[in-house]
Amino acid sequence: MEYIVEMLNIRKEFPGVLANDNVTIQLKQGEILALLGENGAGKSTLMSILFGLYHLDKGMIKVRGKEVSINNPNDANNLGIGMVHQHFQLVETFTVTENIIMGVEDGFVLNRKTAGNKIKKLSVQYGLNINPNEKIENISVGMQQRVEILKMLYRNAEVLIFDEPTAVLTPQEIHELMQIMRNLIKDGKSIILITHKLKEIKEIADICTVIRRGKVIGTVDVEKTTLMQMAEMMVGREISFSVEKGEYKAGDTVLEIENLNVLNNQKTLGLKNFSLGVKRGEILGVAGVEGNGQTELVEAITGLRKIESGSVKIHSKDITKYSIRRRNEAGLAHIPEDRQKFGLVMDYDLGENFVLKTYYQEPYSKNGFLKKDVIDKHAEKIIADFDVRAGKGVKSPAWALSGGNQQKAILGREIDLDTDLLIAVQPTRGLDVGAIEYIHKRLVEQRDSGKAVLLVSLELDEIMDLSDRIAVVNSGELIELVDNDESIDENDIGLMMAGVKRGEQQ
Amino acid sequence: MKKDYTGVIKSLGAVFLGLLAGAVLMAAVGANPIKGYIYLFQGGFKSFERLGNVFAISTALILTGLSVAFAFRTGLFNIGASGQMLMGGLAATAVALTFDNLPRIILLPFMFIVALLGGALWGIIPGLLKAKFNVHEVVATIMMNWIAYWIVYYTVKAYFTAGLETETASISAAAQLRLPWLTDFLNGSYLNMGILIAIGSVIIIKLILDKTTLGYELKAVGFNRHAARYAGIKVNRSIILSMMIAGGLAGLAGLTYYTGYSINMQIGVLPVQGFDGIAVALLGATTPWGVFFAATFFGLLHAGKGFMSANTVIPPQIADTIIAIIIYFTATSLFIEKLWVRFKTKRAETKKIKSGGDE
Ligand SMILES: Nc1ncnc2c1ncn2[C@@H]1O[C@H](COP(=O)(O)OP(=O)(O)OP(=O)(O)O)[C@@H](O)[C@H]1O
Ligand SMILES: [Mg+2]
Repeated sequence: MEYIVEMLNIRKEFPGVLANDNVTIQLKQGEILALLGENGAGKSTLMSILFGLYHLDKGMIKVRGKEVSINNPNDANNLGIGMVHQHFQLVETFTVTENIIMGVEDGFVLNRKTAGNKIKKLSVQYGLNINPNEKIENISVGMQQRVEILKMLYRNAEVLIFDEPTAVLTPQEIHELMQIMRNLIKDGKSIILITHKLKEIKEIADICTVIRRGKVIGTVDVEKTTLMQMAEMMVGREISFSVEKGEYKAGDTVLEIENLNVLNNQKTLGLKNFSLGVKRGEILGVAGVEGNGQTELVEAITGLRKIESGSVKIHSKDITKYSIRRRNEAGLAHIPEDRQKFGLVMDYDLGENFVLKTYYQEPYSKNGFLKKDVIDKHAEKIIADFDVRAGKGVKSPAWALSGGNQQKAILGREIDLDTDLLIAVQPTRGLDVGAIEYIHKRLVEQRDSGKAVLLVSLELDEIMDLSDRIAVVNSGELIELVDNDESIDENDIGLMMAGVKRGEQQ
Repeated sequence: MKKDYTGVIKSLGAVFLGLLAGAVLMAAVGANPIKGYIYLFQGGFKSFERLGNVFAISTALILTGLSVAFAFRTGLFNIGASGQMLMGGLAATAVALTFDNLPRIILLPFMFIVALLGGALWGIIPGLLKAKFNVHEVVATIMMNWIAYWIVYYTVKAYFTAGLETETASISAAAQLRLPWLTDFLNGSYLNMGILIAIGSVIIIKLILDKTTLGYELKAVGFNRHAARYAGIKVNRSIILSMMIAGGLAGLAGLTYYTGYSINMQIGVLPVQGFDGIAVALLGATTPWGVFFAATFFGLLHAGKGFMSANTVIPPQIADTIIAIIIYFTATSLFIEKLWVRFKTKRAETKKIKSGGDE
């Protein structure tokens, strides 16, 4: 009885896509198995099968050596399998305790106290540091994830599945999550971890199964394998981790922000007297810890949020009072932070999504009538140009795309607008290294062709790799605007992100 | 391009299960279900007159169903088709009674326009409330139903009664949607020009939803408000517009019902067609032609039930029960959908195995 979970020769087909083709993974008790694969490789699908959300077409699942059939998440729970989804499934207005005991048989009101105690105990045992009486809406994303973890532990899960847990976390939270995982392993739990970040795999996983286009390429011992080798196995070619850029030749200013004051969701100033200019031919990176004004900045420029005072200009034209549509028309492309909320209409197919901002213009429509053939042709071009992988091509609904392909679709649409200003917010969140390399290349290409690119990212690496200049924000203020040259390193930026200016650093 | 027939299958499944349940009920009251259904369908098809009546009954249902379906496709629940229908009917009737000396060719278009506007106004108000104050349209439309109910009550009483206190005077022949030659041809059926309005509306709504930038905008708002706003679509305007169009359609239902099917208006009634429209929209999978067929089917059941009960021991309420059961199954059609999907994948697998496997 060596393996705690085995998935043998699994096959799963969606219309037009073979998501899992003869996939085998084996997890030993007390180990961390990483699943690595490009966007759309079939990782989430495989885990959804293990958790009882999808039915396998062929193959076999064994838990503790015995063949089992898992038809729904309840079956999975009973077998000691738990899963943290990328999108959390918590009720915002309920407390931590209520969320955790919801759906467990032993009553709701009666056992709240004992439940609270059990939760506290688990929280201490694994270093989760959770207050059971806090409401979900009042805690950070990282904490919400821990609630999901607690939920699994409360149900006595022995095998824990994490689907891209770090994509939504800050570096500090990632660090803490790693520690939590170590505690879990120490206690004899077993973990399956999906992540696109090779460093994380290297840091914490024991073995790594690499999947490409639904097939297993191989399973490797993490300790004996380099990052490079894993990346290559995954995409089937060499990956360059560094970004090649042409010479920095900034032109005239495209976007000019002056003295912006903007309210945040709490109705206090989220952006204070903020001024910034982005020039042709440069990538200007905005660095900062999440929630320090980045969202307010982007939404104020794009018109999604009201501006209290100050001005926004594109090519010296004041667009402060413009509607969202007129801003778009003035030459603004925007890759939004939340791709599912803002970026795509999930129930529209790709063709329809690619004209989300241009459907009313010629040649996509005429006299109020859509031209489906032109729209589909246009979609085919973007799909080919940006390597968007989707089962039914132009006719695939957006919801059927894997996360990475959704992102590529948005990127393709926005770059295809061919505007002078491109605002990219977290453009590579949740993407595989191959796709990241690709998207970085396309962003640099935009810069090299004389576009102005405003890049907002929580990944300091990404900011450092791509930006020509870096604007560091803290509490809604511009701490400093620096050239990204040899005189500056990650530590300097890190300190500025904490609100310390260069002159004050020592 | 292969079409997705899941919607059609679902609806047919619901109809089938409804009819099956009806058969059980007929057997339970001691009748022969086969005979029962033969009479039921004969009641709808036997003569030109009966066939005409099927469509006469379904006319208003098509329009209210279309109203609900259109709102639904744009992300809104229109529970207010009844009130919108009343306002459309009241406007048309008021014009018909007030301007009864106008020539028909002017009077009918005039009535058409005011019915459209009356219904549209009753849609715009909940639309505005939702857009400006975030009042849920279900609450607002139900409220508007009762406001319409009382407006009709007092206006009719004050201005438009003739003999009876509880209904308007009958409108003149010139103001009726009925065509004497058609009525003669169909041996006195109620079928009238309303059916052309209904079919025309089906075609236009289908066109708007599938082919126009307007439909694209409204559906985008219905699917995902945030993405629509991000794309520069005016979300509030879209909501108001959707409700206006939905209201207009229900207003036209009022026109066809009160000046075509009937020739006067009763007070103190919320027309049941407004609520049946929800069922029609559901059964029709919220597509325009789906609505047309669903309404026709309901029309058939309504038209045939009298004939059935006259010739058997089956009470006419059985037909209503069948309708109710069908609605129930449509609403719970997730079950049927699952069966269908499973059946499809099974079949695909068998096919693959038959063609020599794939490994
Ligand atoms: N419900 C579905 N219906 C149709 N196709 C689907 C469905 N779910 C996934 N797919 C397709 O199956 C393939 C595998 O998707 P999956 O979500 O498992 O990828 P992934 O490896 O998790 O990718 P990512 O890293 O981008 O999250 C993709 O091509 C996707 O488009
Ligand atoms: Mg995934």
